[in-house]
Amino acid sequence: MADLLIELLSEEIPARMQPKAAEDLRRLMTDGLVEAGLTYAHAASFATPRRLALAVEGLSDQSRAVREERKGPATSAPEAAVQGFLRATGLTLDQLERRQDKKGETFFAVIEKPGRAASEIVAEVLGRVIRDFPWPKSMRWGSGSLRWVRPLQSILCLLVREEGAEIVPFEIEGIRADNTTRGHRFHAPGEFAVTSFEDYEAKLKRAHVVLQAAERRDRIRHDAATLAFAQGLEIVEDEGLLTEVAGLVEWPVTLMGRIEEQFLGLPPEVLQTSMKEHQKFFSVRNPATGRIEGFVTVANIETADRGETILAGNAKVLRARLSDARFFWENDLRVAKSGMEEWKEGLRAVTFHNKLGSQWERIERIAALAREIAPHVGAEPDLAAQAATVAKLDLRSSMVGEFPELQGLMGRYYAEAAGLPSEVAAAADEHYSPLGPNDEVPVARVSVAVALADKIDTLTGFWAIDEKPTGSKDPFALRRAALGVIRLISERDARLPLQQVLEEGNLQAIVTATNSAADKLRRRKENPGIIKLDDVLGFGGYGFDVKDPKRQRVQDANDFLSRVLDGGADGITHFEGVMLENLRQENEARVADLLSFLHDRLKVHLRDQGIRHDVIDACLAMPGNDDLVLLVRRAEALAAFLKTEDGENLLQGFKRAANLLGQAEAKDGVEYSFGADPKWSEYDEERALFAALDAAEARIRPAMEQEDFGEAMSALAALRGPIDAFFTVAQINTDNQVIRRNRLNLLSRIRRLCLEVADLTKVEG
Amino acid sequence: MAERPRSFQEIILRFQSYWGGKGCAILQPYDMEVGAGTFHPATTLRALGSRPWAAAYVQPSRRPTDGRYGENPNRLQHYYQYQVLIKPSPPNLQELYLGSLDAIGIDTSLHDIRFVEDDWESPTLGAWGLGWEVWCDGMEVSQFTYFQQVGGHDCRPVSGELTYGLERLAMYVLGVAHVMEMPFNDPSAPIPLTYGDVFRQTEEEYSRYNFDAADTERLFRHFEDAEKECRRLLEPEEMDPKTGKRIVMAHPAYDQCIKASHLFNLLDARGVISVTERQAYIGRVRALAKLCADAFVRTEAGGHGMGAAA
Repeated sequence: MADLLIELLSEEIPARMQPKAAEDLRRLMTDGLVEAGLTYAHAASFATPRRLALAVEGLSDQSRAVREERKGPATSAPEAAVQGFLRATGLTLDQLERRQDKKGETFFAVIEKPGRAASEIVAEVLGRVIRDFPWPKSMRWGSGSLRWVRPLQSILCLLVREEGAEIVPFEIEGIRADNTTRGHRFHAPGEFAVTSFEDYEAKLKRAHVVLQAAERRDRIRHDAATLAFAQGLEIVEDEGLLTEVAGLVEWPVTLMGRIEEQFLGLPPEVLQTSMKEHQKFFSVRNPATGRIEGFVTVANIETADRGETILAGNAKVLRARLSDARFFWENDLRVAKSGMEEWKEGLRAVTFHNKLGSQWERIERIAALAREIAPHVGAEPDLAAQAATVAKLDLRSSMVGEFPELQGLMGRYYAEAAGLPSEVAAAADEHYSPLGPNDEVPVARVSVAVALADKIDTLTGFWAIDEKPTGSKDPFALRRAALGVIRLISERDARLPLQQVLEEGNLQAIVTATNSAADKLRRRKENPGIIKLDDVLGFGGYGFDVKDPKRQRVQDANDFLSRVLDGGADGITHFEGVMLENLRQENEARVADLLSFLHDRLKVHLRDQGIRHDVIDACLAMPGNDDLVLLVRRAEALAAFLKTEDGENLLQGFKRAANLLGQAEAKDGVEYSFGADPKWSEYDEERALFAALDAAEARIRPAMEQEDFGEAMSALAALRGPIDAFFTVAQINTDNQVIRRNRLNLLSRIRRLCLEVADLTKVEG
Repeated sequence: MAERPRSFQEIILRFQSYWGGKGCAILQPYDMEVGAGTFHPATTLRALGSRPWAAAYVQPSRRPTDGRYGENPNRLQHYYQYQVLIKPSPPNLQELYLGSLDAIGIDTSLHDIRFVEDDWESPTLGAWGLGWEVWCDGMEVSQFTYFQQVGGHDCRPVSGELTYGLERLAMYVLGVAHVMEMPFNDPSAPIPLTYGDVFRQTEEEYSRYNFDAADTERLFRHFEDAEKECRRLLEPEEMDPKTGKRIVMAHPAYDQCIKASHLFNLLDARGVISVTERQAYIGRVRALAKLCADAFVRTEAGGHGMGAAA
């Protein structure tokens, strides 16, 4: 038994890569060792900014010896077969054994593979692991060809046994494994030798290196809390930042400073974001006021002046950063209070998408949609439109220019500063939500209207210019937008005429796309050198199919555009008309396609909630499927119903009825749809089924009108007994044609009634 | 530890003497307008091919959009970079770098020096590398890069590149709050000059020129001319008919590429290049840089005839 210790010392490893790298080292090494026939008891790996380390306990000294027997050809077999066996086994004829077999004498090869020494295996596996290490990004350095995350400087590789430590003979790209390492870059740069993992970790600590990331994290957390507490303050927790900072230092030294009075008026989020993004500072809050009043920085060194110089330097950088932030804030407030006109103007000049016009045009589209959506979500239309107009203006503010992650939040501050209604300010902040499956959905009605309008405009816009997600490619996050629409609608019970809203959105997008194309043509006409014809043509949204493999239509489009450009101002106007008409004609198909995309995303969403895809299909096949609230309710009710025994049996009964009916209809070439009459009943069970169907019908029709799917399903459930009983006694295909026809018509009543609730033919099982 | 320097120029002189002492050829600035020290052919072109190289130099650099009429404490449209390029990158480059900080009076036992991930990419040069920005007490003082590709060519061997923003670093070392107040020569010299004495007026003049006065139509034309000239210079046969020698005009062509790049920066500052066009222009400059790189590796300095590096 031995313990294995490996350390790969390099230049600074990016903090974000350290945790995975440590885990990869452990997994790849132990997998490799086991594959080569070694066993081990326990393995742990570590990362600091300059080193990856692995400690394996209880590693076997040798791989197991393997004895393998292979049966060959009969000794009487032709020479070629024997030679082939020798080649396959790598043995010579005299090494083969001859044994009596049932069929006579046969060659046997006995191959003994002796166990290999652990050191040999470690060296082999380590070489492979280093060469194939899955860094997200790696590099070469100097004259070598080895790749590592940053230049690899030294390797420590020891097998530790009771009698002592053995250096594993290993070399890669001129780096020979050794029993030495180095400590902290500034505190203890000299080399030292180690004899075991315990020795390694202890000596590193003496050399100002804390090996374990968790220990560095704890130290920082503890020291920061202590520093803050001493002044009656508290740290704003940030686990992500803590992990990152712990990956930037080998010897964490926590220092706290105060934010200058002149910056305390900035919004807390601004202080926090600026300090975190630029300087990786923790924010320190005054629990009494809730204000951010201090910062904590983590240095990598202990100094004679107890960090005074370091703190002063950091404070100076912070002052410069916060001066910028304050300048932005004050400037933005001035614009906000004067009506944000400057930002509106600015957004006219910012392109949202090459083919979908400016940000301002986008905002106008969203506002129009928000106005239309508002009444359906209980929001006041004018207020929703106003909120949509204001919601994205902060994109033009200096603060959001500097810190894009503050978009929306700054919008709220600025809308408040401008004295706008609180619903409008809230919508600026909340309309981006939900951003993912776990993000919260806004509650305020105006926010819901704007959030829906925003996402629907994104979808209809990109659909209008044929930029749909394909496979894993979804550069405009359209799947996320679709999920947002679904969650907003279903979680806020938004009974939206979705089809109509999508049509409206798509028409708006088409107009912008056309304007934007015509604009480009006009600019090209004015300055032919700047925009190439190809740039203008480089998209499908003009109604020209540029993806045509023969590119025939591209040629047509080129000819057409050349004529347009030669035709003066009228030519371009004519072009606009043609393009708009082309796009209009495709509108219906586009909206249908987009709706089915939304349905697909809804399926994914509901499947995550445990509703089977065939259940959703059964509901999607029903009319009015653009009402997602209804769709979800129906699917939930059906899924719950099918989980009951009645539901499962009714489904079987329905399937049996539908199958028999289908076969009979195919055979007879007619559709059995009405005319079943109890008077032709032969059995009580048959008459009972008639009565049950009457009763169920009487319950289901009003339930469906009330959209009470639970009630409708429970009415269906009541049919289960009568249907089962009927099938037990009655033969459908009897010789009596009158009775047969009557029974088929009876089955069709079952089918029709069930199909009014959901398309059960789509349900599997 | 070295004494604290007293002026901007002393810091430059210390760097010159330090890196000269470490074996670098101390070159002079390139005599063209460039956006950064990397554009100097001593970096861009010399990072290519297999020939060893070690050079250090000051490079005046221009970023027209950063002009603030000399009023901003840190921002300038004309500033200096100190640039070091060593090929192949030596194994102790980090130690050499820390030595250079020491040489200008930064006591590494008193300051917090950190190597923070920052991968470098120049879309106009078709170049990228991995490395860090170096922090001193939370302030970025240098860029440290191992070049992986330049002009679309893999760098073999790899060059190590160091770039110091001289004004910012000097302000830090000298404890100056506004760049214009920084002593340029020794404050006790008979005629003491500040950075502002030397550059405040030019910052004003160029800010006005960059933002408002540059004739954009002419600049567009110059850009097209530089682009055409660059391509034209790389067309002729390698054999010079007059001398009978093999002469590839990689450097003259690269000058035109530098010119195009700077003209693009000027047009950008004038705000006449839209977001979409921006990418197209950057692509055009990159295409030139790539052609020049292709040409350079066919020259002697580019390692032509040396065979591949081991």
